[in-house]
Amino acid sequence: MSTTAAGPAGVHTPNPPALAPVQAGIYHATVGRLTYRALLGRRRALLLLALPLLLLVIVSAVRALAGQDDTTTANLLQGFALSAMVPLIGVIAGTGAIGPEIDDGSIVYLLAKPIKRATIISTKLLVAMAVSIAFCAIPTLLAGFVLNGNGQRLAVAFAVAAAVASVAYSAIFLMLGVITRHAVVVGLVYALVWEGVIGNVVPGARTLSVQQWSLAVAQHLSAGSAVTSDVSLTTGVVLLVLVTAAATWFAVRKLATLKLAGEE
Amino acid sequence: MTTIGIDKASRWFGNVVAVNDITMSIGPGVTGLLGPNGAGKSTLINMMAGFLSPSTGAVTLDGAAIWRNEQAYRQIGIVPERESMYDFLTAREFVVANAELHGLPDPGAAAQRALATVEMEYAQDRRIETYSKGMRQRAKMASALVHDPSVLLLDEPFNGMDPRQRLHLMDLLRRMGAEGRTVLFSSHILEEVEQLAHHIEVVVAGRHAASGDFRKIRRLMTDRPHRYLVRSSDDRQLASVLIAHASTAGIELDWTEKALRIQAVDFAAFTEFLPRIARDHGIRLFTVSPSDESLESVFSYLVTA
Repeated sequence: MSTTAAGPAGVHTPNPPALAPVQAGIYHATVGRLTYRALLGRRRALLLLALPLLLLVIVSAVRALAGQDDTTTANLLQGFALSAMVPLIGVIAGTGAIGPEIDDGSIVYLLAKPIKRATIISTKLLVAMAVSIAFCAIPTLLAGFVLNGNGQRLAVAFAVAAAVASVAYSAIFLMLGVITRHAVVVGLVYALVWEGVIGNVVPGARTLSVQQWSLAVAQHLSAGSAVTSDVSLTTGVVLLVLVTAAATWFAVRKLATLKLAGEE
Repeated sequence: MTTIGIDKASRWFGNVVAVNDITMSIGPGVTGLLGPNGAGKSTLINMMAGFLSPSTGAVTLDGAAIWRNEQAYRQIGIVPERESMYDFLTAREFVVANAELHGLPDPGAAAQRALATVEMEYAQDRRIETYSKGMRQRAKMASALVHDPSVLLLDEPFNGMDPRQRLHLMDLLRRMGAEGRTVLFSSHILEEVEQLAHHIEVVVAGRHAASGDFRKIRRLMTDRPHRYLVRSSDDRQLASVLIAHASTAGIELDWTEKALRIQAVDFAAFTEFLPRIARDHGIRLFTVSPSDESLESVFSYLVTA
């Protein structure tokens, strides 16, 4: 029955059912735009800016007080940028790209569309990655130049390490954002306890941390011996790729069967 | 013509059964899904919207399963109960985004049409976070209508609306139904449902309690035995005359309350008879209060009926 009746909005001609294919691909422009706007809206943008600003303030002070030194540069870039700033921004960007929408239910406006769930996840992941790279790698590069003018190519090495770590963290924390309502807490515990404390104290745990894997990349790219990682470059890169892929796959799977429980 | 089929569908969460073996079919026109809070209405709507899988049974759109079928959303428009939208957007931006997400060829025009349908053009360039409840509801409606769906699902759409907004939305839904769309809305208020829906499905405690024309449902609801608590100047005499009348099924003298507990079978006759008989016998009525008018008792009667 294609009952057509003229209403104020015009004549209703029901859509021909299911002709156009479901939208797929790895980036959906509208999903991306909504995610950017949610991520970079007011309060969260300030939060994202705070750590990079703090890093630049610290390195400027260190440079002014201690002068130019390769070891200090490596220590600061690893100790603050790579092991604190990058995972924390990863938590904010990764969980923030999807968690709040699931929490407040507005995700239904994305889910109730002829779009593959995988496309929604990959788009949000790309946005989270772009945001964390922008807020991590660029400040790290600047900090490296401020500290020792890219001596031993440390600035570049750590900036690249920050970028690859951002990619992995975004995937891990986005997945957390899909599977738990407490993604921020879980993410912070992981970032600070596992990567920070256990990773620095328990030798075995260090080889299982995004920080060490990306450090292997930094070690490979730097010219001197100021950077050392517990894992080889190959191991590091392989594990980074594996973890990113696995987290993405799992997030897609969880979103495809996301249960939106009612208010009851 | 699009039909939603629910076939022996159940849904449980852990060991709580939210929807229990329901079979119904919802076709074009406006259908009201009526039931008390917690009856499983939202769970049913969530299954029809593809947000929940049935634990057993099937929920289909013209024969095709809805769960994990993104294609179904070309035909379904959803108005969720929850308030959150992308509140940092204006209504226009929000509806345009929805049009783009549907992959429509001209998202701007489709959004304008939808905003005009819900009469939200006057506020379309204000951020959604500044909206009242009723305006939000209309923005949600516009987003649900932007792709001209043949099915419209609304979860408690009248909650928190003022009377004017309520009438406006009712008009709109009636129009959608008259255009041949399949419109389903849930509500826990009978009056709301019978004003709008020709067809009513009643759900109580996860079960399908009744189905049909609103007159039939209304009759079921008014014909049930009604209980009253009555205090008068002469309870014993009142009891003796009441029990002789066909509209009374039982009377109990409650000594602690110092009142009569009366069970009436014929609601209309009893309410007419009681004051008349009291006047004729010179008995003064102090209290006449229905003692089981809560919605829950009305609904639970329906389940056993």
